[in-house]
Amino acid sequence: MTVEITAEAAPRPQIEGSLRPKTHRTLRFTLVTLGLTAALVITCVISLASGQYSLSPAEVVGILLQGVGIDSPWAPTTTSDAGVIFNIRLPRLVLGVLVGAALAVSGVLMQAIFGNPLADAGVVGVSSGAALGAAASLTFGLSTWGMWTTPALAFVGGLVAVFSVYLISRSGGRTEVVTLLLTGIAINAIGGAGMAFLTFAGTTSTREQIVFWQLGSLNGALWPNIAVVAPLTAVGIVTALIVARRLDLFALGERTARHLGVRVELLRVVVIITVALLVCAAVAFAGIIGFVGLVIPHLMRMIIGPAHTPLIISSAVGGALLIALADLVARTAVPLADMPIGMITSLVGGPFFLWLLVRTRRRSGGWA
Amino acid sequence: MSARLAATEVTARIGAGGPPILEDVSIELNAGEIHALVGPNGAGKSTLFSVLAGDIAPESGTVELDGRPLSTIHPRDLARSRAVLLQQNTVSFPFSAEQVVRMGRAPWARTALEEGDDIAVATAMIATEVDALAHRSVSSLSGGERARVALARVLAQSTPIVLLDEPTASLDLKHHEDAMRLVRSRADAGATVAVVLHDLNAALAHADRVTLLAFGRVVASGSPTEVLTAETIELVYGQPVDVFPHPITGVPLVVPKR
Repeated sequence: MTVEITAEAAPRPQIEGSLRPKTHRTLRFTLVTLGLTAALVITCVISLASGQYSLSPAEVVGILLQGVGIDSPWAPTTTSDAGVIFNIRLPRLVLGVLVGAALAVSGVLMQAIFGNPLADAGVVGVSSGAALGAAASLTFGLSTWGMWTTPALAFVGGLVAVFSVYLISRSGGRTEVVTLLLTGIAINAIGGAGMAFLTFAGTTSTREQIVFWQLGSLNGALWPNIAVVAPLTAVGIVTALIVARRLDLFALGERTARHLGVRVELLRVVVIITVALLVCAAVAFAGIIGFVGLVIPHLMRMIIGPAHTPLIISSAVGGALLIALADLVARTAVPLADMPIGMITSLVGGPFFLWLLVRTRRRSGGWA
Repeated sequence: MSARLAATEVTARIGAGGPPILEDVSIELNAGEIHALVGPNGAGKSTLFSVLAGDIAPESGTVELDGRPLSTIHPRDLARSRAVLLQQNTVSFPFSAEQVVRMGRAPWARTALEEGDDIAVATAMIATEVDALAHRSVSSLSGGERARVALARVLAQSTPIVLLDEPTASLDLKHHEDAMRLVRSRADAGATVAVVLHDLNAALAHADRVTLLAFGRVVASGSPTEVLTAETIELVYGQPVDVFPHPITGVPLVVPKR
């Protein structure tokens, strides 16, 4: 038998613009981020306009412009309208936007250092740790550092949790998914036990506070809270952007990242502290709002790819948008009721998580 | 040119109290040469490789780059001097092949050489024939394609020292030869190359110098034909072999006695 293979039979695939610069990616990132920002602005205006005392979007814009000293024909004449916006709805919305951005970026960071798309503050128990710290400050009525007491304790709790998860679930520079998730279950259980104790030990009023806050809520947000959350979130996101390029290299594995000049141990510590910072900023006043850090980075990665600089920016905007939308639903879905926002994000996030599991199993036989 | 990377009397163990994986190993990598590290499984090749790459600090002995102890060099400067290809090249997220190769340029960010990024990436991808895969996600590639992308990343790093741990293990016949030719051209251009090889024929055909390890010690070091004789191979591997010259090129061939 003779077999003839000629060179023509297997031509080399034609290079079709394959080495052109990455303009396509950049364009996509710009469009997505602009789109998300526009959606965020629109959602914010609608959110500020809706509620028991409803205003028109034009009035909202007029009030906001008036607030920064610009007169416009839309500004209403009564000052009570401005009061509703500036004292109640705006702080709540701003807190939500900050919390959403902080949670989404914390998700990006955790997934980057664990090298795993399932890492999320809620899933692996960092939120529980932070919540435990924050709840302790509520139950024991601590206020050593004023408004910063609750976030400080949340930071300590979150830091202990994220370090434990990291130390336990990582061996030989790799994270096994099963170990990661099981560690999360254990940390969440310990956090849950601590919360149960604090609920039990507290007075009736702190008990109620803890319960509501565990469900996640932006209700009762005040400007002083924002004065704490805003700088923490800003520092967290800026740090994330500074280390973004190094996180890309981390995707090649710790050893290869080191061979490419990354000080791996330092990067790890910086990222873990940043995660704790972002999670404590999110949890301190808004409670546990789950799944934002899982859903948003995942969606963004699917749309704009895994490179961390654009991913962090668009995830921050996307997280803010998700929380702004969820809060709008929480406030307006049931008349005269303010539903816990954590319930709504989990309602979206839970099924998303399941879909992720099913999809991955179908594609590659699941996570080993 | 003097030796660029040298390990002297290195002893290393993994985990305190365990048996030493390497004992009193000395090796010198010279510019312009391909230096093959060979030896049976468990001989300590990978550990020696890690020591040379700076991943493992030896318990005793020194590793020096141009006379400077490796441990005193900033990781970024090290990354501008030596590139490392490991056997495992998994990528955590769906980065494209082009993005991964570009990561090899990371050490040159914010230097004058950054301008050469596009050319270095394109040249490396064309040389390893992964240019057509540029926009494919690395996780969707076959093992061999992934290995070539990783090799392209190492080449794009454009360092004077190149360390390769079994670069050809998952490559087919043609890409195996292509890869070794690429490595050869790097060495001819003055690079210092160390390569862990299992294939003794590849070592005989491509290496300038061979260090044969067994039980954590250097058994022999020298030119391939000096080191890889039938007697030595049989002694170290415990497998009788025939070594005879190739009928056309005269390069010795190792064939197990069957």
